Amino acid sequence: MSVTVSERDLVNLVYREAQLLDAGRFEDWLALFAEDGRYWMPLVPGQTERRLHTSLLDEDLLLLKIRVARLRNARTYSQQPPSRCHHLLQQPRVEARDDSAGTYRLHTAFHYLEYRRDEQTLFAGWATHDLVAVDGTLRIRLKRVDLLNCDAAHRNIQLLV
Amino acid sequence: MARYRENPEAIAALVRETEVHRDLFTDAELFELEMEHLFANVWVYVGHASQVPDAGDYYTTTVGDQPVVMVRQPDGAIRVLHNRCAHRGVKVVNESCGNTGKFFRCPYHAWTYRTDGTLLSVPLRKGYDPSVLESCEAARGMPSVGAVHVYRDFVFCRLNPQGVDFDTYFGEALSTLDNMIDRSPQGRLRVEGGVLRYLHHCNWKMLVDNQTDTCHPMVAHESSAGTAVRIWQEQGAPEGTPKPMAIEQFAPFMSSYEFFERMGIRVWDNGHGHTGVSDSIHAAYSPIPGYWEAMEAAYGRERAQRILGETRHNTILFPNVMVKGPIQTLRVFKPLAVDRTLVESWTFRLVGAPDQLLERTCTYNRLINAPTSMVGHDDLEMYERTQEALRSRATEWLNYARLYEPGEAARSNYVVNGTSEAQMRNQYRAWVRFMVAGMRQEVSS
Repeated sequence: MSVTVSERDLVNLVYREAQLLDAGRFEDWLALFAEDGRYWMPLVPGQTERRLHTSLLDEDLLLLKIRVARLRNARTYSQQPPSRCHHLLQQPRVEARDDSAGTYRLHTAFHYLEYRRDEQTLFAGWATHDLVAVDGTLRIRLKRVDLLNCDAAHRNIQLLV
Repeated sequence: MARYRENPEAIAALVRETEVHRDLFTDAELFELEMEHLFANVWVYVGHASQVPDAGDYYTTTVGDQPVVMVRQPDGAIRVLHNRCAHRGVKVVNESCGNTGKFFRCPYHAWTYRTDGTLLSVPLRKGYDPSVLESCEAARGMPSVGAVHVYRDFVFCRLNPQGVDFDTYFGEALSTLDNMIDRSPQGRLRVEGGVLRYLHHCNWKMLVDNQTDTCHPMVAHESSAGTAVRIWQEQGAPEGTPKPMAIEQFAPFMSSYEFFERMGIRVWDNGHGHTGVSDSIHAAYSPIPGYWEAMEAAYGRERAQRILGETRHNTILFPNVMVKGPIQTLRVFKPLAVDRTLVESWTFRLVGAPDQLLERTCTYNRLINAPTSMVGHDDLEMYERTQEALRSRATEWLNYARLYEPGEAARSNYVVNGTSEAQMRNQYRAWVRFMVAGMRQEVSS
């Protein structure tokens, strides 16, 4: 099946992903991921090792579902009151595309703010989205988030960058 | 007004048999005294020898609030120096690790020091009368800490030159390090996998208390571990499907009170102790292919079974370290201020064991100890709510009375019910002892 994916389709998915997170629509956000989708946030700059080096986040769909379900749990005290977040994205750039395989890679610089109980934290970084066309629909196969200060002594990061 | 300085009686009165005064968590003067006395009188973990394998290799850290540098000498020994230029007080070594070659050089005025800390050279030396410089404190160079002891590659130091000796201080507690090291078929560990650094706005002792607190997981972690168990069940995986590593690590946090009661707590002298005497939440992980074979070949069946049969959960090496032998992690609760603590979570490779063990260790560290960890979020929320609410003057004391037994302070190396707060009481008795140890001498002299 050959489907033409326009650059706008690709870029819009990255924008849509951030909008869903900012709106707290986490279940809709989850639906953007492919069945084998992952979310990876390395612990050190330029990290290539996932298995034998600790990461900040390295979650498959099951772990992401757990994370989202926890945010909805009545006994999630660290979300009482809840956190809020804000993504400010630079124009995503299509870094690679293979239309025959239906795979695409986008690179997006961002600022991310997380706020809770009078404490607001600013993170800056770069997101890499590996997208895949599944039955004519674009899905996220891997979202990699490289924080500028990935190796800093962080406070809580409770929502999704 | 100083209420506690040179007042050991007032300090001792803050710890009762079953209660601890809120000032231990909120009083800035007590925090200063902890840095000057407690953290100077005891043996504090500095780092691991594998972080400085070659001559000139260094690792910078803090002991209490003291900036230090651990450095490998040309003869292979490890020294711990105060990381402060003798001249004007610049932090000489700034990177967290590296190799300095044959000497340290201060970046401000180029005073240089041998790796043993002695002063090597001062530029334009003719500007100093040698007898004048010799009579200055600066002539000492970068002083060594009071004492260093390397136990099977684990580097500890005592800031004070005099005090309790290493073996007396740790006693039986060293068996936890032994067991973690023996889990390597070669009897060797290596720091690998990176370090997680997590900043808490709370007093460091709250984290130490939490490590042997077995009555909180099923409550505070219901939101994370409980959700993990529920979502996994909802996946409807066919009977017998092996649990993913993450689920295997989350699920035991939801064990019952009865499970934690049965697993037991062992209380050692000087504030050390551990949970998981006969069972633990780490005891039922799936076997890793090739590991048992390597262990059996190295140690023989009986000894290998004994090593791997050890179920220790969390071991407190008082004052501020927690070790998890069965998954090779070590956490340091670094005091920054009375209401600020930096938690560092380190992981080790078992040299000679399959990579999958390091993978399991890194997975655990990420899932449980990261600033992005759901479990970490659960705990931090409780610590910071505590730090905030302890401002209340309506109630002065925190309660530690669970399963208290009169006369327990006189007991040594004993095992209690796994939900007892005996180990926390043990920590606070040690806290008083090592807070006032030097003070009494100062006062009397």
